[in-house]
Amino acid sequence: MSSTDISLHKDVHSGHDDHHDDHHEQSFIEKYIFSQDHKVIGKQFLFAGLFWAIIGGTFSSLFRFQLGFPEATFTFLEPILGKWVDGGKLNPEFYLALVTMHGTIMVFFVLTAGLSGTFSNFLIPLQIGARDMASGFMNMLSFWFFFLASVIMFYSIFLETGPAAGGWTVYPPLSALPQAISGSGAGMTMWLVSMALFIVSQLLGGVNYITTVINLRTRGMSMAKLPLTIWAFFLTAVLGLLAFPVLFSAALLLIFDRSFGTSFFLSDIYVAGEALTHTGGSPVLFQHLFWFLGHPEVYIVILPTFGIVSEVIATNARKPIFGYRAMIGSMLGISILSFIVWAHHMFVSGMNPFLGSVFMFLTLIIAVPSAVKVFNWLATLWRGNINFTPAMLFSVAFVSLFITGGVTGIILGNSALDIQMHDTYFVVAHFHLVMGSAAFFGMFAGVYHWFPKMFGRMIDEKLGYVHFWITFVCAYLIFMPMHYLGIAGFPRRYYTWTGFETFNKFLDMNSFITIAAIFVFFAQFIFIFNFIYSIFRGRRATENPWKSNTLEWTTPVNPGHGNWPGPLPVVYRWPYDYSKPGAPQDFIPQNVPYSQTQSSNLPYERDFE
Amino acid sequence: MNPLIFMLWLLIVSIVMMFAAFTSAYIVRREEGNWLEFDLPSVLLVNSIVLILSSVFMQWAYSSAKADNIKNVKLALVLTIVAGVAFLIGQWAGWGELVKNNVFFGGSTSNPSGSFLYVLTGVHAFHLITGLIFLIIVVISALKYKVHSRNLTRIKLCTIYWHFLGALWIYLYVFLVLNH
Repeated sequence: MSSTDISLHKDVHSGHDDHHDDHHEQSFIEKYIFSQDHKVIGKQFLFAGLFWAIIGGTFSSLFRFQLGFPEATFTFLEPILGKWVDGGKLNPEFYLALVTMHGTIMVFFVLTAGLSGTFSNFLIPLQIGARDMASGFMNMLSFWFFFLASVIMFYSIFLETGPAAGGWTVYPPLSALPQAISGSGAGMTMWLVSMALFIVSQLLGGVNYITTVINLRTRGMSMAKLPLTIWAFFLTAVLGLLAFPVLFSAALLLIFDRSFGTSFFLSDIYVAGEALTHTGGSPVLFQHLFWFLGHPEVYIVILPTFGIVSEVIATNARKPIFGYRAMIGSMLGISILSFIVWAHHMFVSGMNPFLGSVFMFLTLIIAVPSAVKVFNWLATLWRGNINFTPAMLFSVAFVSLFITGGVTGIILGNSALDIQMHDTYFVVAHFHLVMGSAAFFGMFAGVYHWFPKMFGRMIDEKLGYVHFWITFVCAYLIFMPMHYLGIAGFPRRYYTWTGFETFNKFLDMNSFITIAAIFVFFAQFIFIFNFIYSIFRGRRATENPWKSNTLEWTTPVNPGHGNWPGPLPVVYRWPYDYSKPGAPQDFIPQNVPYSQTQSSNLPYERDFE
Repeated sequence: MNPLIFMLWLLIVSIVMMFAAFTSAYIVRREEGNWLEFDLPSVLLVNSIVLILSSVFMQWAYSSAKADNIKNVKLALVLTIVAGVAFLIGQWAGWGELVKNNVFFGGSTSNPSGSFLYVLTGVHAFHLITGLIFLIIVVISALKYKVHSRNLTRIKLCTIYWHFLGALWIYLYVFLVLNH
């Protein structure tokens, strides 16, 4: 590596120990804004994700008002929403815009960027024993591309014609023709530009995560000794790398259709009795391209939380994770399957029914690796010495929500049943439990668990318990009744349903759901308060408050640039040596050699002494 | 493996996925009918040969750098750039030929079959321009004597990327010939 050409190597920490010595004073901007430190970038993603989560949550509260109290007038919203509330009534197009932006924000900006952006950045170098990401500069670019995408998406909310309103899946022709809905004008253009930048951000980040995991593991850290979090983040990044470029292609073709007069997705269409010039396009083609990203995307959302939850459950049950290799195998299986099931979102699109039955078969296979994971989590909890920290409660609740939402996935995976349920609240209930609530619970578990390492202070537990119980109870209060609504045929995406005699009897149930939703929304401010207060005023944390085995807990309380003050730690064992018989303590960190644990070594481990 | 080279391969994977999406969309759309059949511009074959030639120059530059023959490195890199620019000019001429034959990108008389050809060549040309920018950076560092046998990473990255862009074009060309 001796080289005169420093510029090419400056941004690569090649795993050499000679980097941490050259500490130089960083300016405020270098340290906190255009930082190349993975820990700071992780926190930037976390704060941005929280900001977007508040916006997305606010939007859902607004449209829940309309659904729960269709006859009421909301004059108190007029000062905030201006002309979108007309005489106390939500504008119907604004309602559609709210639903669209709620989906876009939650799926992409919170549960993709906010979740894997935060934890992949923060944990990958710390848990594999690296000084930083493979390329700190690209990592920084990844955040700032996301920031730019956020600014554009945020700005589009304030457009006079409103933000994109054709659903988060932006199906053409609705999204392609400004004549169709006012949100398909400038709002949709900004949506596409913002998403293109977002994809660039995800690719820059994902390339970094994969390279770091493959190339920068510390000595002794083989792939079979990685914490499950790292496996999860690694596979998430692989899914993103393969799926996001396809969305980029689809978005590019949609841009051409909208602005350059091509007809990739637009067939012969009449608007107001007049034929458009477009001819010969295929709207189903867009759905294929979109869902080729869209289905892996739901695993991009849920896989990181698989890893986080496995780690938190093993640590707080004081037991080795049950079936470590089965956990990795099931994640690999889910990742591969996620690419060959996309058309189960399109059973009602008019696609060939034979194709539908193939996709149905593949979809149902996903139940197998998912069930393996659930079984392993439950077996890890079984007869464990459980510490119910807030992170643990959120993790156990994650398993509960994942089961509840997953079971309805088997129902919807059947094309015959899906055709019946597709446009009802049953689908809404299914995916909000399994990828919405569950992913949020995993994210909360991660924040509560790694808060001490992020900020050097403990987050308040009592407020954490209050936050947990309200959120957990309300998640079920909101989404359980929705299954019932859906089976009864109650249609989703409708702005107003009081005109239908059949659905009027569900007024009470809708009001109930709305009250629960508003209540849980306000309960999140307990968390926001706790989060901000604890950053500044929380109890000071110790180096390893949860008595955990992974490498991040061997760093100082506030790890500096380069993470470890001395040489990098060396890894001797897997990360799940909890409650090992014969050991003096109930945990043995990964960097403790077998020669120091002779009392607890198993027969085959004596060779390593 | 050097992390930078590994990263480049990952970026190549993402570009491959993009074109996989375009070409599979092409096939799916073609199967649905209402598809304008037209002759590919004849200049595309010439362009393909020019691009293969540029890859040969690129490989020459890389092996010259390995042998510390700095003069040849510069010459070969400049030749690669010239061939790359000639390819782009040729592609532009191809578009001109299409327009002359009334195959348009957009508008009321356009058909997806023509639009797809413009998109495939256009997005490839965009990536080729990024490759040219990379080449210019390597030329500048070669002028500063920073490309030699003990400092190969940069020119190796550039060589991999350039060969990939060539291979991508050959794939697209063969794909278009077979599906026309």
